[in-house]
Amino acid sequence: MSMFSIFNVSGSAISSQAQRLNVVASNLANADAVAGPDGKGYKARQVVFQTVPMDSEASSGVKVSAIEESQEPLKRAYQPGHPMADSDGYITQSNVNPVEEMVNMISASRSYQNNVEVMNTAKTLLLKTLQLGQ
Amino acid sequence: MFANLTNGIDFQARALLVRSERQRVIASNIANVDTPGYVGRDINFKEAMSAALHPSELSVTLAQPQGAIASGVTQPGHIPLQSTLGMLGNGSTSLAYTQQVQPAMDGNSVDLDHERANFVDNSVRYEATLRFISGESKTILSAIQGQ
Repeated sequence: MSMFSIFNVSGSAISSQAQRLNVVASNLANADAVAGPDGKGYKARQVVFQTVPMDSEASSGVKVSAIEESQEPLKRAYQPGHPMADSDGYITQSNVNPVEEMVNMISASRSYQNNVEVMNTAKTLLLKTLQLGQ
Repeated sequence: MFANLTNGIDFQARALLVRSERQRVIASNIANVDTPGYVGRDINFKEAMSAALHPSELSVTLAQPQGAIASGVTQPGHIPLQSTLGMLGNGSTSLAYTQQVQPAMDGNSVDLDHERANFVDNSVRYEATLRFISGESKTILSAIQGQ
C-alpha cells in the first residue's frame, strides 16, 4: 500500500517540528542568560529545514539539516550592581528575541498539529480500506 | 459475461490507487510547509486516471521546471528515477506543480489552506471510491446468491 509512506513523510515532519520546538524552548530558557567574564553570551539558534526524497518522487519528507546560531549582536544592558558587570557597568545578555521565539513556537506547534491530522486521516482511510467488503 | 463482472470494481480500484497517490503527494506538501525553497506538487487526477486506464500508452508527462531534465538524468551514466505512478502498470505519471497563491520570502510555494482543503477533498473522494467498491461487490454478491 503506497499510502503507508504517508506515515514516514508526516513522521519526518513531526520530528523536525519537534526539534524546532526544542530549539525554541532552549532559546526562551536562555533569553535572560548573562554572559560570563569571557563575554560569550548565549546566541539564539534556529533550525534549517531541508526536503528529503523518499521512496518515490511523490513523497518527500523533511529533515533538520543544520542548527544555526543567530549572528545578531548580543544585548548589552547597564546594570552596575550586577556581579557580571564589566568596568563600565554593562552586562552582556543573549541575543534571543522572545517575541520572535513565541511566533516560531506557535508556527511549529501548528505545523506539528497539521501533520498529526494528516497521519490520523491516512490511518482512518487505511482502516476503512481494510474493512472493505465486510 | 463473467469477464465483465468486475469491470466496475476494476475501474474504481484504479481510481483508488490514484487517490492514494495524490494523498501521498499532498501529505508531502504539508510536511514541507516550512522548508525553504520547496515547490508544491500535485497530481492532475484526470491525466493520471486516463494513464491508469490505458496502460498501453507509454507517455511520460512529468512536469518539470524549465531547465530541469526529466527523471533527474543529467549525465549519460544516470539511472532514470522511477516514475510515481509506476505501480499503476504503465510507468506513466502526471505529477505537476501547484500554483503559488502568495509569494513567500523563503521561496516555498505551498499554501497550507489550499493543501488542507485538497487533503480533505481527496480523503472524502477516497472514501467515496471505497463505498463504490463495496456497493458494487455487494451487488455482485446478491446477484450470485439470487435471493
